[in-house]
Amino acid sequence: MAGQEQINPKRRENEPEEPPEAPPAPSAQADTEGVDDLLDEIDDVLESNAETFVRSFVQKGGE
Amino acid sequence: MSVRRVMGIETEYGVSAPGDPGANPMLMSARVVHGYAAPRGLRSAGSQWDFADETPLQDARGFSMPRADADPSQLTDEGIIDEPNLVNVVLPNGARLYVDHAHPEYSSPEVTNPKDAVRWDKAGEQVMLAASRQLAGEPRGGPVNLYKNNIDNKGSSYGTHENYLMPRSTPFGRIVAGLIPFFVTRQVFTGAGRVGLGQRAETEGFQISQRADYFETEVGLETTLKRPLVNTRDEPHALADKYRRLHIILGDATQSQIATYLKMGTTSLVLELIENDRAPDIELNHSLEALYTISRDPTCTVRVPCSDGKSYTAIELQKRYLEAAQKYAAETGAIDDDDTRDVLTEWETILTRLAADPLQCGDVLDWVAKYTLLDGFRQREQLSWAAPKLALIDLQFSDVRPEKGLFAKMQARGKFRRLWSDEAIAYAVDNAPEDTRAYFRGQCISRYGSSIAAASWDSVVFDLATHRTLQRVPMLEPLRGTRDHVGGLFDDDPSAEELVSALGAD
Repeated sequence: MAGQEQINPKRRENEPEEPPEAPPAPSAQADTEGVDDLLDEIDDVLESNAETFVRSFVQKGGE
Repeated sequence: MSVRRVMGIETEYGVSAPGDPGANPMLMSARVVHGYAAPRGLRSAGSQWDFADETPLQDARGFSMPRADADPSQLTDEGIIDEPNLVNVVLPNGARLYVDHAHPEYSSPEVTNPKDAVRWDKAGEQVMLAASRQLAGEPRGGPVNLYKNNIDNKGSSYGTHENYLMPRSTPFGRIVAGLIPFFVTRQVFTGAGRVGLGQRAETEGFQISQRADYFETEVGLETTLKRPLVNTRDEPHALADKYRRLHIILGDATQSQIATYLKMGTTSLVLELIENDRAPDIELNHSLEALYTISRDPTCTVRVPCSDGKSYTAIELQKRYLEAAQKYAAETGAIDDDDTRDVLTEWETILTRLAADPLQCGDVLDWVAKYTLLDGFRQREQLSWAAPKLALIDLQFSDVRPEKGLFAKMQARGKFRRLWSDEAIAYAVDNAPEDTRAYFRGQCISRYGSSIAAASWDSVVFDLATHRTLQRVPMLEPLRGTRDHVGGLFDDDPSAEELVSALGAD
């Protein structure tokens, strides 16, 4: 599939196998109006001790 | 041309025992399957799956991998050799619920259209919820949490696989060339959203797709190592000289009904274009890099270079596929088919909305809804993307429990458009689609569970007191065994013996 060498004028090309750096975050800020009510109660919904909980979520690769 | 074809979705769920990070995932997954099967009187012994037609090493490019060269994880047809926890159950709705490596997996029954694909995929979420409720109430073993996601952010990824039936006559090379640019760009509406960049989340940030960073090659047989954009496993579970089962491993697990609908519907249309040699002529210069780049740009404006010397956004490339499908649908009269027209309309609508402002698409796209929630929280608490609470929100977005799952919380507030009501989904938990062989499989499981020795996608094996040998009913044609085709056989409520006699399986 991969075709001839190209230079993309928009951004510096990385090696094809290397994930590129993140572009800047969207300039538009997310419209949070629709989620404000959920944000108000989210601390009651979130599992306690976020850091430990996230760290202990370890999976084996699937498929 | 039509969006209708035999299709289905397989979903491996993340599995976790709260407070017990060392719990054995195979054991937990087995408990999940038993936890659903046992109270419903469904047999979940490992021997219940009929492996006779499984050929995981057959490659669509026309050769077979020597068994000795295969990674043990590829030998999915050997059943219980070193995995005592391999359990399998066929559900009354025609689905398969089983332990796949270290995850409980729900493989939906075969359906004929993308709307039904959504319905029976959502039914799988309810199956997992019921299993987790069962385990939470068990005195021994403790609760097990289940997540409809694809990553643990520590390097592991697990899959949400789509299957589409195609005519065997379509050359495989043409499928690859036509699909890759579509796959790389469809994530702008199929992505589930992810906190973390890189396979182990080495860099902080947000990206559109959960799966993008785990793909390392364009075409290949493996699904667990060096994952390919186009998987070549050639295991049709159907008449092999007539059909190919295209097995797509790239997708994210989505909970938004419209997002899943778009994924299945647009992919089916693109396959139709490929089958008729009408796919747009697009070739990405670096498809894997384009996959990563697009996933990292929530503005959906980044351009990726193509072989014509120009660079395009994902939305522009998607529009090329859409226009080709619209043109071909008009030519063939398919535009008059409601299902086809509806997918084309939704596809055009979402691309237009994404081009205007992706962040306004939170009523249909998982990744946008997740991003909105994350970004709102991040700004309110003045956090960086590396904050554990953001990783937790990402994870809990996919918790199957409505009191804990953040997608479920948002849906309960009416934030997502829907195709199916809760009642319609509940019906699909216990009933198979009526227009594929899943109907016959589901009827057999519902009516004769105790007389069925084994079942698979393309067989039901009866163990009858009246016969010395097992009676295997082959079902190699996915569009036979429908209600129209065999419904009459069940009218008089026959015994299993009477049914097998009527089928002439003797």
